[in-house]
Parts: sequence; structure tokens; C-alpha cells
Amino acid sequence: MSVAGDAFALLRGDVQADRVVPRTGQAARLSVLTSAAMAFLAVFAMALSMASGRLADRWSSALAQSSTIRISAPAAELEAQTWAVLTVLEQTPGIDSARAITEEEQRALLTPWFGPELPVEDLPVPRLIEIVETPEGYDADGLRQRLAAEAPGAVLDDHTRWRRPLVEAAGRLRLLGWISLGLIAVATGAMVTLAAQAALSANEQVIRVLRLVGARDAYIARAFVRRFTLRTLTGAAAGTAAGMVGIALLPRADAAASFLTGLGYSGLAWLWPLMIPPLAALVAFAATRIAAFRTLRALQ
Amino acid sequence: MIAMQDAAYGYGSEPLLSGLTLELAPGSFYFLTGPSGAGKTTFLKLCYAELLPTSGRVSLLGQDAGSIGRDEVADLRARIGVVHQDCQFLDHLPTEENISLPLTVTGRATPAHQNDLAELVAWVGLSARARALPPELSGGERQRAALARAVIMDPEIILADEPTGNVDWEMSLRLLQLLVELNRMGKTVLIATHDLALIRAAKSQVQARVLRIKDGNVAIAGADL
Ligand SMILES: Nc1ncnc2c1ncn2[C@@H]1O[C@H](COP(=O)(O)OP(=O)(O)OP(=O)(O)O)[C@@H](O)[C@H]1O
Ligand SMILES: [Mg+2]
Repeated sequence: MSVAGDAFALLRGDVQADRVVPRTGQAARLSVLTSAAMAFLAVFAMALSMASGRLADRWSSALAQSSTIRISAPAAELEAQTWAVLTVLEQTPGIDSARAITEEEQRALLTPWFGPELPVEDLPVPRLIEIVETPEGYDADGLRQRLAAEAPGAVLDDHTRWRRPLVEAAGRLRLLGWISLGLIAVATGAMVTLAAQAALSANEQVIRVLRLVGARDAYIARAFVRRFTLRTLTGAAAGTAAGMVGIALLPRADAAASFLTGLGYSGLAWLWPLMIPPLAALVAFAATRIAAFRTLRALQ
Repeated sequence: MIAMQDAAYGYGSEPLLSGLTLELAPGSFYFLTGPSGAGKTTFLKLCYAELLPTSGRVSLLGQDAGSIGRDEVADLRARIGVVHQDCQFLDHLPTEENISLPLTVTGRATPAHQNDLAELVAWVGLSARARALPPELSGGERQRAALARAVIMDPEIILADEPTGNVDWEMSLRLLQLLVELNRMGKTVLIATHDLALIRAAKSQVQARVLRIKDGNVAIAGADL
């Protein structure tokens, strides 16, 4: 019988076929429990991949389009150099807008570190100019050379130096998340295969009787495949539900902990973990089917 | 039906049965006899493709047993009913579900069959024990349940291996009666037994032919039986 036919017969449900193989209480409970645990882990691995993916995207796109110029100069020259820099920036292709950070903004930036009483105007704090680039970007080396000539106190900080390893780390983390998901799928397949093989050899006598009364291999295999697929589906559904509840109950990571960017799912992303139970069932279906036909071929 | 041409079978290097050449006539009633260990069960296993001949040819209902696939073997089992020496039940299913197992595994169990099943269970006198599990049955009840299961698919051939193996004489006659009735319905019956009294009892009811296993060969027994 075809794979599709088997899958259909599985969905339609064959209560009689289910009864011909005796139930084994403990093995059943263990395989439900293991698939629940695997699904629970999968929910977190998936959340990790998606969160680090978001992190990588945010750092590489949002930060890529903004950079800063820092001007350190004696107070008397500061104003003039600022104008010089802004003029240079106006003439530079690839720059969308540029503006000097005001004293109030600068104070707001420094308050968390030095307290509200800080007399910013009296400190030799560098002047900051924020640049937003166009999607095409600008030529950083060219801009540096021009700045060196026009405003010697200006330093371009295009963030790439520290951004690149972070983006790379986040990308790596995402990859690790996907690898974990793959490993979880493989482990589930291996676990189901072992459980199915154990069930098949424990029921050798049952299989012999079924054959004597005229059962085809496809029928016998289906009785086992159906049972293990449904068990895995049940366990994975419970594990996924538990994992999703766990993630929903995580404290909201707002501005303060934006590094974590919230490990949770948001919006439609909640649909992703819902794919775990059907995928687990698919893995179990394939693993049991292969194990069953291999064992049945080997018997006799 | 069942035909053999120079078929042989051995579990080890030594052949247990050899030079088997015979053909069962449709609608006949056969006994297969011989001392314990002579190979009666082995011969029957060749007749339902549980064993394949180590040499020669066994043809079952027109198909060469040695060259058919597993699915064809499964389908043959629906047309050859077998009462196994050790019955072979699924101990976790009630007796009536064991009896209808051939229908179940071939997807032919329909609600309409429930009546036929009840009738068959009554025919072998097990109505009161239909819900009992096989291990709860007596030897004679097990043999009758096995017979009911062997005929539920309405097979053309019925092979019975020591159907009266562990039952008293009265029950033996009753089982024989059931097999004779099946033969009168036109089915070919082959009973392996070492009970010569049973064979003599049958001869008054039915035209029975006796095959005897001797020195690894099967031959029509002479008038001494
Ligand atoms: N699976 C097996 N492996 C090896 N030897 C076997 C096997 N089955 C049967 N034998 C041997 O083959 C011989 C014939 O066995 P078989 O069961 O066919 O005898 P039988 O005539 O049915 O005997 P009984 O009247 O006791 O049932 C015996 O010597 C037995 O020990
Ligand atoms: Mg025997």
C-alpha cells in the first residue's frame, strides 16, 4: 500500500486494527512523555532561533543606517568645526540627513551615568552629530579623509567595528537554534524507532498469528504506525502547549533588557510552534513505518 | 487444489520429507497419519506456505508456493483454512474476536458479518463462551474456536492439525462431525492425526482417504487401516 494510502487510513482511524496489537502501558507512557519533552525543548530552540534572528536583523539593518561623528575640540573651535562637518556631510552622497545632538539630548544621554545635576555645558564633552544614511550607504573612507582635512577634531564612528561581531554572534546563535531543532527531530525519530522496534519484537507472536490468519505486512505495519504516530502527536501537543505557556509567562523584556529582545514569540510568530506537533507526528510516522517494514521483512 | 511434485523439506541438512508427489482431489476427505515426529505438522505447513520446499515444487490453488510474494501468501491464507496444532490465538482478544480475526485483518469485517459470526459461534457450541479470553477456554473449546476461525472466510480447503489432540472421545467425535459437515458442503478436508480410532469412526460417515507418512514419504495407506 502507498504511503499516502497509509496516512489516509491512519487519519480515518481503524479501531479494529488498533485492537489486534495488545496495549503496553509503560512503553506507551514513556514514549508520550519523551515526545512531550522533545516538543517542549523544540519550542525553546525555535524561540531562540527566532529571537537571535530578530537581533541579527535589527543590529545589521537599523544600526547599519545610522552612524555618529564625534567632534572633540577646544570650546572656541567647536562651533566652527561642527559647521564644517555639517557642510561636508551635506555634500556627501549617500547621506540622508545629519544633525547635531542638542545639549538637552546630550544631557539625557549622560544622566543615567552622572546624575541629573551635571553641568554639561562646562564639561569638555565632545559634540555628537547623528547621521542617517540612505539605503545605498556612503563611502566611509572617503568621508574620513575629507573630515580630516576640514575638521581635524572630528571622528567618524560608523559602528561597524563593534557591530559586525555582534551580528555574527547573533547569526551563529540562530544557526545553533536551527541545528538544535534538527537534532531534536533526529532524536525523536531515533526514540520512536527504538520504541517501535521494541514493540515489534515484543509482539512477535502476535505478528505470527496475524500472518497465519492472512494479514498482509501493510496491515500489520499500520497497526504499529498508527499507534506510535498518535502517541507522538499527543505527547508533542502537550509538550508544545507547556512550552508555549512557559514562553508566554516570561517577563516582558522592554527597553531595559532589549539585549534579550524578548525571547518570546510575537504576533503571527505564535503560529510557528504550532507546527511542532504535526512535524513530530510526521517524524514518528516515517520512523515507525521504516522500522515496521524492516522488522517484518526480517521476521521469517 | 494442493499439488506437490518431488517436493522435499528438511529443517537441517537431512531432509525430513522427500520425494513428495501427490495431488489432493477437490471435495475429498483426507486423513494424514504417522507416528509423532514423522512430519505431519511439517507437511501441513508446506500446504499453507508457512514453509517452502527445499527442493521440488508445491502448488497451492494453482500458484507455485516458491515464487509468490508475501502478499499473495497472505491472500492464500484466506482461501486455505487452518486449525493449528497449538491453536495460535491472540490471548488479549475475546474468543469471538479471535474467530473473526481473518475478516478483521483483510478489512472484510462489516456489521453484516455479526450475524454470521454469532451463527458460526453457535455452530461450534461456544455461544456462552464468546466473550471469554482464549486462555480461559478448555482444550476442547479452544479446538472448536480454532475450527470456527479456520472456516470463517469460507475457504476451499481446510487443514486441521490434531484437531482432537487434547479432548475426550466424545468431543473428538463432535469435532469430527463438524469437519464431516464442512466436507459435505464441498470443502476439501485434510486432518492430521495419529488417532486411528478417529479414522475408523470417520469411515462410517464419509469416504475418507488415508495418507501415511513413512520413511519421509507420504503414501496412500493400505487396507490395514
Ligand atoms: N522448527 C523446527 N526446527 C527444527 N526441527 C523441527 C522444527 N519443527 C519440527 N522439527 C522436527 O521435525 C520433525 C517433525 O516434526 P513435526 O512437527 O512435523 O512432527 P509431527 O508429525 O507433527 O509430530 P506430532 O504428532 O508430535 O505433532 C520432528 O523431529 C521435529 O523435532
Ligand atoms: Mg504435529
